[in-house]
Amino acid sequence: MGWQRAIRGGGLAGAAVLAALAGAAPARSQPAPLVAQGCLGCHGPGGAGSGSVPGLAGRDRAELAAAMAAFRANERPATIMNRIARGYTEAETAAALDHFARRP
Amino acid sequence: MTALRRRALLSAAAALSVPALARAQGAARLLVIGGGFGGASAAGFARRNHPWLDVALVEPQPRFVTCPYANLVLAGERRMEEITHGYDGLRARGVRVIQDRAEEIDPVARRVRLRGGETLSYDRLILSPGIAIRFGALEGYDEAASRVMPHAWIAGDGAQTRLLRRQLEAMPDGGVVGLAIPANPFRCPPGPYERISLIAHYLKRHKPRSKILALDAKDAFSKQALFQDGWNALYPGMIEWVPLADDGRVVRVDAREGVLETEFGTRHRVDVGNVIPPQSAARIAVASGLTDATGWVPVDTRTFEARAAPGVHVVGDANIPGPMPKSGFVASSTAKQAVASAAALLRGEAVPEAPYFNTCYSHVGADYGISVVNVFRPNAEGTAIAEVPNSGGVSPRGDLPEQRRLEARYADDWYASITADLFG
Ligand SMILES: Cc1cc2nc3c(=O)[nH]c(=O)nc-3n(C[C@H](O)[C@H](O)[C@H](O)COP(=O)(O)OP(=O)(O)OC[C@H]3O[C@@H](n4cnc5c(N)ncnc54)[C@H](O)[C@@H]3O)c2cc1C
Repeated sequence: MGWQRAIRGGGLAGAAVLAALAGAAPARSQPAPLVAQGCLGCHGPGGAGSGSVPGLAGRDRAELAAAMAAFRANERPATIMNRIARGYTEAETAAALDHFARRP
Repeated sequence: MTALRRRALLSAAAALSVPALARAQGAARLLVIGGGFGGASAAGFARRNHPWLDVALVEPQPRFVTCPYANLVLAGERRMEEITHGYDGLRARGVRVIQDRAEEIDPVARRVRLRGGETLSYDRLILSPGIAIRFGALEGYDEAASRVMPHAWIAGDGAQTRLLRRQLEAMPDGGVVGLAIPANPFRCPPGPYERISLIAHYLKRHKPRSKILALDAKDAFSKQALFQDGWNALYPGMIEWVPLADDGRVVRVDAREGVLETEFGTRHRVDVGNVIPPQSAARIAVASGLTDATGWVPVDTRTFEARAAPGVHVVGDANIPGPMPKSGFVASSTAKQAVASAAALLRGEAVPEAPYFNTCYSHVGADYGISVVNVFRPNAEGTAIAEVPNSGGVSPRGDLPEQRRLEARYADDWYASITADLFG
């Protein structure tokens, strides 16, 4: 899947940038980018999860990217994430995943 | 710590985080009016993401009662305390919470006059005051009538929701609950139908011979097929929905006699009446000259500045949102965009580009949830908003008990999550 590969590539680049920044600012002080704000409506404060809605913060980026790709392609059982995932561009999804994956 | 040393530390901190413009002028003042879904989101988001802003919030109520989940209170599935939230979380984030009512905005002088007499100056204003009931739009439905036949559509201190709940509890088995439902646009398009469902949930268990008569000024409504499937499955024979085409539009209310009267003169006598009347933007928006002939506030669709008053960002139910519903989720999503835009404009930066997002869950029964999802984008000129093609939509139809059960649970998790984001 081209889309999924593109996201994974972005993740490596994102990780490199993150490593470079790591000394400058503690990860927990990074605010969520605007595009990730929508996730906080259900996925808990800072993406920590809420009840049976799973957390996003600190999750493996490749795993999240694969899940989003599968939701988008309707290849994964879903209640609403399939409907949501299709609304975002690859770049927007990548920005949100970068953010959550680097949170503690 | 001495004053001098504190000042030195503060300016060192400022040098790290505050851009040139704000540093030269002192902290920029972001004033928020209204501590509901839009306003509380704006204030919290501003402090989390733009700590260089001096944020104050004006809200007359000491605690906020949500409209979301009020229908579950009517059903007896939640208590009022569970849908009531305080402002200590925002205070702890450094928001100055001012318990007062804004009377008028002067967008030229950038000042707001409060009922208590104080006048506040601001650099940018976020206004999210919600709706007003257009008393008088339905003949006979004024404020006094609303104390007999509640609207329960503005939560306020919770009195309207409590009143409707008490009336449902007092109604004898075999009674008729009547609802008057308005034409578009109004707050929470699926809200009346969730209310019908959850009143039915209560009646089925406690007063099973009762009926619900829903008189509607429309011929179609949000998630209609899903609601009607659920009504047939859970409450067969209990709910009669009368569309506009079948004389469903209520034009006159006689609260004392308990009568809802429709366009062509049918007088429906009901035991409990819930009148959801036509609405407009809240009074402060009208009084400040921000609304147009529709009663709502036209805005730039990227910055949410009022067309009539640049520098005043109007979010939530009060604005004209294009195809977006007047929902708490949209109020929160667009409030964050408005704050990010205000911050960018204060710093002379480009306004951010981001999609707006909505998820509205409705309970058809206590363990039966359905939803609508929308992703929206504004155009580059800030003149329109469009839904992203091939995305979003409503829950699938069909006999899907596991999906319905899960969505009811996710609705609870949504409520916990978004109220933590707002007030935590
Ligand atoms: C029964 C019902 C169920 C709903 N369910 C859902 C749901 O499940 N999901 C969802 O997303 N949405 C839901 N909604 C819609 C949601 O409640 C609104 O869309 C949301 O509250 C809009 O936010 P707001 O900030 O515009 O207004 P509000 O949340 O109403 O906040 C406005 C605030 O401004 C204050 N205010 C007003 N005037 C002034 C003034 N002059 N000075 C200072 N403060 C002032 C008010 O006191 C109030 O606290 C529901 C609505 C109803 C009625």
